Formats: sequence, C-alpha cells, structure tokens
Amino acid sequence: MTVHLDSKVPEGPISDKWENHKFSIRLVNPNNKRQFKVIVVGTGLAGASAAATLGELGYDVEVFTFHDSPRRAHSIAAQGGINAAKNYRNDGDSVYRLFYDTVKGGDYRSREANVHRLAEVSLNIIDQATAQGVPFAREYGGLLDNRSFGGAQVSRTFYARGATGQQLLLGAYSALLRQMEAGTVRLHTRSEMLDLVVKEGRAVGIVVRDLVTGEVASHSGHAVVLATGGYANVFYLSTNAMASNATAIWRAHRRGAAFANPCFTQIHPTCIPASDEFQSKLTLMSESLRNDGRIWVPKNADEARAPDQIPEADRDYFLERIYPAFGNLVPRDVASRAAMRMVDSGKGVGPLKNGVYLDFGVAIEREGRDAIADRYSNLFDMYDRITDEDPYRVPMRIYPAPHYTMGGLWVDYNLMTTVPGLYSIGEANFSDHGANRLGASALMQGLADGYFVLPYTIGDYLADQLGQDVVPTDDPAFTEVEAEVSGRVDGYLSANGSRSVDWFHKELGKIMIEHCGMARNQSGLSKALSDIPALHEEYKTDMRVLGSNETLNQGLERAGRVDDFFELAQVMCLDALEREESCGGHFREEHQTEDGEALRDDENYAHVAAWLWSRDPDKPELVKEPLEFDNVALTARSYK
Amino acid sequence: MNITLQVWRQAGPDVPGGFRTYQVDGISPEMSFLEMLDVLNERLGGQGEEPVAFDHDCREGICGSCGVMINGRAHGPQLGTATCQLHMRKFENGATIVVEPWRASGFPLIRDLVVDRSAFDRIVEAGGYISVDTGSAPDANLIPIPKVVADTAFDAAACIGCGACVAACPNGAANLFTAAKISHLNLLPQGQAERWTRTENMVEVMEEYFGSCTNHGECEAACPKLISIDFIAMMNADYIKAKFNNRRLVSQN
Repeated sequence: MTVHLDSKVPEGPISDKWENHKFSIRLVNPNNKRQFKVIVVGTGLAGASAAATLGELGYDVEVFTFHDSPRRAHSIAAQGGINAAKNYRNDGDSVYRLFYDTVKGGDYRSREANVHRLAEVSLNIIDQATAQGVPFAREYGGLLDNRSFGGAQVSRTFYARGATGQQLLLGAYSALLRQMEAGTVRLHTRSEMLDLVVKEGRAVGIVVRDLVTGEVASHSGHAVVLATGGYANVFYLSTNAMASNATAIWRAHRRGAAFANPCFTQIHPTCIPASDEFQSKLTLMSESLRNDGRIWVPKNADEARAPDQIPEADRDYFLERIYPAFGNLVPRDVASRAAMRMVDSGKGVGPLKNGVYLDFGVAIEREGRDAIADRYSNLFDMYDRITDEDPYRVPMRIYPAPHYTMGGLWVDYNLMTTVPGLYSIGEANFSDHGANRLGASALMQGLADGYFVLPYTIGDYLADQLGQDVVPTDDPAFTEVEAEVSGRVDGYLSANGSRSVDWFHKELGKIMIEHCGMARNQSGLSKALSDIPALHEEYKTDMRVLGSNETLNQGLERAGRVDDFFELAQVMCLDALEREESCGGHFREEHQTEDGEALRDDENYAHVAAWLWSRDPDKPELVKEPLEFDNVALTARSYK
Repeated sequence: MNITLQVWRQAGPDVPGGFRTYQVDGISPEMSFLEMLDVLNERLGGQGEEPVAFDHDCREGICGSCGVMINGRAHGPQLGTATCQLHMRKFENGATIVVEPWRASGFPLIRDLVVDRSAFDRIVEAGGYISVDTGSAPDANLIPIPKVVADTAFDAAACIGCGACVAACPNGAANLFTAAKISHLNLLPQGQAERWTRTENMVEVMEEYFGSCTNHGECEAACPKLISIDFIAMMNADYIKAKFNNRRLVSQN
C-alpha cells in the first residue's frame, strides 16, 4: 500500500494561509456539535487544551490519561518559558521573525506554513493563559516580563519563575475541569490506551486498559486525537518522566499512521550529569540559565583544582569563543555537541569527568545574589538537593541528555495523520520543529495545537459525518482489537523469564545512546540495527513480570511500553541511516564541515521522511514529503 | 550504605495489610529515595516477590505523583522536598526506615503505597478556574498586575497537588491544598468575578471529603513547596465574606 502524503498546505502568501484556510474549511453548526464524540488521549498541554476547547465549543469529549489526575502530565516539568511574538520589549520582534527563527532553528526541515501559523497564534496563547490566571512573571509596573532563550536575538520568552510548564498546564487543567463540571467532557484516569481501532480506513475508537482493575475496554468516537507526548525514554536515561512512552503513537503507527522523522531527537545541553549506575532519570536544568550562566571547562585536561581556584586565564569559555555572536545562547544541538567534544577531549569536570561548568559567578557579582535568586531560586534549590552542592558558590555541572523528540506521527496542515479521523497534536506529532526545537517552543506548540488549531480543523473532517452514529463497541472491529490487547497482556505475564523489564530497557537505552544519540555513523547504526532485534527476541522470551492483570501492576504497565520502544528504536536507526546528512539534532559524523559543524544536504534531503508499517519491523516503507521553502532562504546555519 | 526498610504492603483496598521488613544493602548515598525503592523492587523481583507499588513519575519534584510517609513524616525529613528529591545521604548508614502510604480517609488506598487522590480534582472542578472560553481573552498587558500580587499568586499556585498536607494533618484536612488553589485565583484581578462563588463551592466540596482544620500547622511543615498557612487564613476570611456576599446576590435575583 503506497500512501501519498498530501500536506494540504493552503494556497496564497504565507501570512494569509491560515486566515484563508479557516474561511475555506467546513464548519459544524453549534447545535450539531454535541452529536459528535471526540476521544482525546493524553492530558498534557496539548491534550488538556484541546479537550477543554472542544468541550467549550459543544463537542461531546471523552479524555483519557494513565495518570491519577490530568495535572500530572509531563508538560508540568517544563521550566523555562514559552515564546510569543508580542514584541513587548520593543526589540524588533514580529510574527515573521519568530517564524524565521523557528524555521532556521529547526535547520530547515520543517514545513513553512505550519511554523508561520504557530508564530501567529503564539500571541493568542499568552492572552489566553493570562486570562486563565497563569501567574507569569511581571515587572514592577505590573506588565509582563520576558527573558531570552537560545537561538533568538530578541527577548520573547514569557515565564513563571522556573515552573512555566506547571503553571500553563494548571491553566489548561483548570479549563478542562471546568468543562467536566459543565458536563461536556468526561475524564477517565488511570486508563492507558493500548491500541487504536480502525474500520473501513477510518479511526473509530481506542482500546484502553484500566490500570487499577486490569479491565480491557473499548471506546468509540467520531474522531480520535492523540496528545501522548514524545519518545525520548527510548534512551532509558532521559529528562522525560518515568512513565512517558510511545505506545499510543506506536500502536497507531502499526494501524496505518505514518511515522515522520523518527531520528530527529533533541539532546538538551543543560542537565545534571549522571552520578552512578542506579540513576533512574536525568534532571534538566532550564535553558534559561544560559541567560546568566557562562559555560566553561578548564583549558588543561589534567586540571585538578577546584573551580573557584582556577584563574580566568586557565578557563575556556568555549561557546563564547567559538560562537561569539550567540555565545552561551546558541541553539541546543550546537551547545550539546560542543559540550560533548569538550568532555570527549578529556576536559570534563566533576568526579566522573562527565560534565562542563555553568558558572553564575559573574552574574551574581554584577546583579547580586537576590536578583539571581529571584529568577532561578527553584532551579538552584533543586540542583542543591540533587548534588549537595550550592550553585550560588560553586559552578553547576551540566551535561547533555535526551530531552525532546521532534519526530512523531506525520500530520497534514489540519493535524490529521495518514489515518482519516486520527489526529496528533503536541510533541506526539512531527510538525513544527524540523530537525531541532528551539527552547520555549514546545509549550507554544502544544498549546497552539490544542487551543487554536485542532478545534478549528477537526470540524472539516466531522462535517461530512453528520447524522452518522459512532461504531458500536461490540462491532468485530473493536472486539478483535480487544482480544489482541488481552493476548499481549497475558503474554507478558506468562513469559516467566529471568530478567526484569527494566534490565532490558537499560540495555536498549545503552545501544540507542551510543549509536543513535548525539553523534551517529553508518557502522554504529548498522550495529544497532542488528543488536536491537536480537535483544527484542530475548526480551520476548526472557522477560519477567510478576503479579496478575487484575490489580494495579506497574511492572506489567512497563512491559508493554518497553516492548513498543524496541520496534520504535529500529525505525529511528533506519531513519538515521537513511538520512545521509547532518541537520539539527541529527549529526552524522560522515557529514560535517572541517571545524565539526553539521553539513546539510538540501539537494537530496530537504524532505520529511515518513515511515509506514509493513508488519516487518526490519522493512518499513519510506515515503517522502518534499519541503518547499518559498520564504526562508536555505543557508548554512551560523551562530558565529 | 546498608538500611532496613519496614514497608506497608497491602494487595488491595479490601484485604488486610501489614508491615514487611526488608534488608537493603549496598545503597549509594547519591541515590534518591525512589531509586533506593527501585533497587529493592529489582531484588524482590529476582526472588519472585511482587514489587512494592508506589506512585511516581517526573522525579523532579513537580508532578506531585510521589509521596510516602517516611518515619512518620510526609515526604521524609528534608524541609521543602518531595520524596523523589530526597536523597539517601540524608539517612545514617544502618538506619531503619518506616515507609507507609498517605493515611487519610479522603485518600482511599489502592495498593501498597498508592492511594486515590481524585478528591483533589473534585475540589478544583467545583470552582478552581476562571471562566474564560478559548479565544475570548483580551491582550495580556491590558490589566497590569503589581509584581508583589503576581508573586504571591505564584506562591499559592506552586502547589503540586501531592497530598502531603492532608497526610501530615492529624485531622486529614485539605485546607492548605484548597486554600492554595483559591488564593491563587482570588488574589488576581482576573479572578474577582467568580471570587465568592468559587470560595464557597470549593470549601463545601472540600468538606465532603476531608476533615476540619484546627490550625496545627503540620501541613505547612510537610509541604514540598513550603506553601504558607497564611493562605488558609485568607481562605477563611473569604469564606465568611462569601457567605454574606453570595446571600446578597441571591436576594438581588
């Protein structure tokens, strides 16, 4: 089956596309909206904002989360901020500049029209969140404050201390609960989507497992929206929450949804380095710290002195040296690779020599401890709790860690996947960040999709289903998938092997970070592609899950998630192997400039690589969507 | 480090539970408390014993999923620190550590250390929002908010909904949680239109599930975000005013 990828990008000048599109797509009459049932999976920024807005519009919404409350979704952990082209600083920002910066920051591998729309609605997001009571940081005059973020030369990032994601999510969560009170939204907590149901080529519902009772049940709807986040936990150690997983999007992929650019993963430069082999996750220190912190390593690889004893002359502020124009605020991929090169050359700091310094000494001297505490106190406190070191006195130690995945389900301009009726929003789709996401753009995209894009575009699909009932859940389309899901669950419980699910997950993570992490090459990827299926086979026969299906069983939950990570890992490596260029977070060692910068190949790779499931994880089918750049000139990305 | 754990094990809400004692040797002081529980679970699995169930997710102290009683204190001995951010260096080598779930009638037990905190969502549903449909918001800078007001609202909004305040309270009261939610919105100009109905409705749903506050202050001491009980005073003041204001509104209708 060959799928033609129709991006459905509207005609017209870039700044008119979204306006024209909103006028040309079909609408659903307000009185008819309640006849349509929409299923939303996930309650992070994208899912909660979409479910709340669809409920406000009058749709009948059912929303699912595997957490005990919608407020737990991992969006809550985003620290630094959210971008918007408000130009409140009067520093030359505009919708066009945010659009331009995002396309450039993504290393010219995103769709221009989607990014421009994102920049347009960024203005509305700040207004909406403020009206909901999100306590953004303010200046003494009472107006909103901004800070700078990587990859931009203007201050356009709105923030709420170091907990912007939390505050924005609580805003979306409050809007969601308001709709529950109003009766337009029904919420299912501790319910995990384990499969998608497709009938006659359309998405008609989902199969979920109740994590407390083990019951496997079906839910049908006129459309299904996946807002289930990214897949960085394929690396085992990442900044994602422990339960973040790819099962919902991977199962949708196996039911026909194309998976786009799986190899585009982001390694975040400022995380606390691992301390020992028991490390269960890595903790991010917000990129906003790079506003005031200076990154350096000792010039001498044998340096043994404490950081405060090392004089200026013996320090290498390598980002300021190599990239004088952007300095410590270069984009994440550039900063991460520079830090990796320093550590690889033996100049790493800390007991395991696995970090670089992020030093606030100058900023504290210039502005005083209180000013710095006002901006970052919660981050400094968190660092202190984890490392037992006081960053007001001793420079932080940081190192890159897997953080965000730009790849995801392929979607058209309407955010619909290649399965009609199945939508994907937020980090779960691939749409706006190209090969590298700029800081403070994830919150922007999740909320743009959920509040301002999907609620309009979904009407275009629903309009022609007026008068049609949802497929009943006793239809064979549902019962067959339910039986498959129950079979999978029973299979995990009866494997009776000798090794824990976590052990296999760690092993998979080691393969992925070594061969498909910050730097990739042909031989490493080929090795990964033979090691991963072998480990997966071993997993199926030698895994150990104790307990039963009928009670809360966290080991069983993890077994299914790790199972799906194996197949996803394979297509990530295939995609990385296929893409013979370096761009953004995807760095192929064979393709670099003389001074080690990424070397793109616009002639052959200015496209979206979308993979289709073929029942054989070794041989998915590749379909390409060519990317056209009518507004932004493709140049070598330079931050020097 | 070597430690002895006494952990509450209970297979489900309807079966009796009890403490089990586990010896956990070879712990690194750099581990977090939850990583120590991971090690315990890995070893239990190897011996064919079901792992200890506990809620956790972000492990950065912000999602509010985790939380257990550690030696009788919610989230353990370190001030302003959620269980996931507590590290083993805070314990002595050879220590015995007692680990229990949150114990409050408002939080029924699900399994082992996992409890059901959905009553918190019911409180928020009753009014913990500002009614603004998507798209109807004016420009964000139209209403200046003094920095000190925004900062105080943030202090209240920092609540992570973990439930430690309820677990620490001798009465199992949820006043600190509810007060934080109410104060965040009642302090802001955007929250004024619904201030009195919000306060009355949320307090009354709170009282359906949780005990009454008698000003012990244990909640503030246990809160991983150090939210002040001053907010409870603000909530109480607003609740009394709400009773008058709401009645006046009714008489006007």
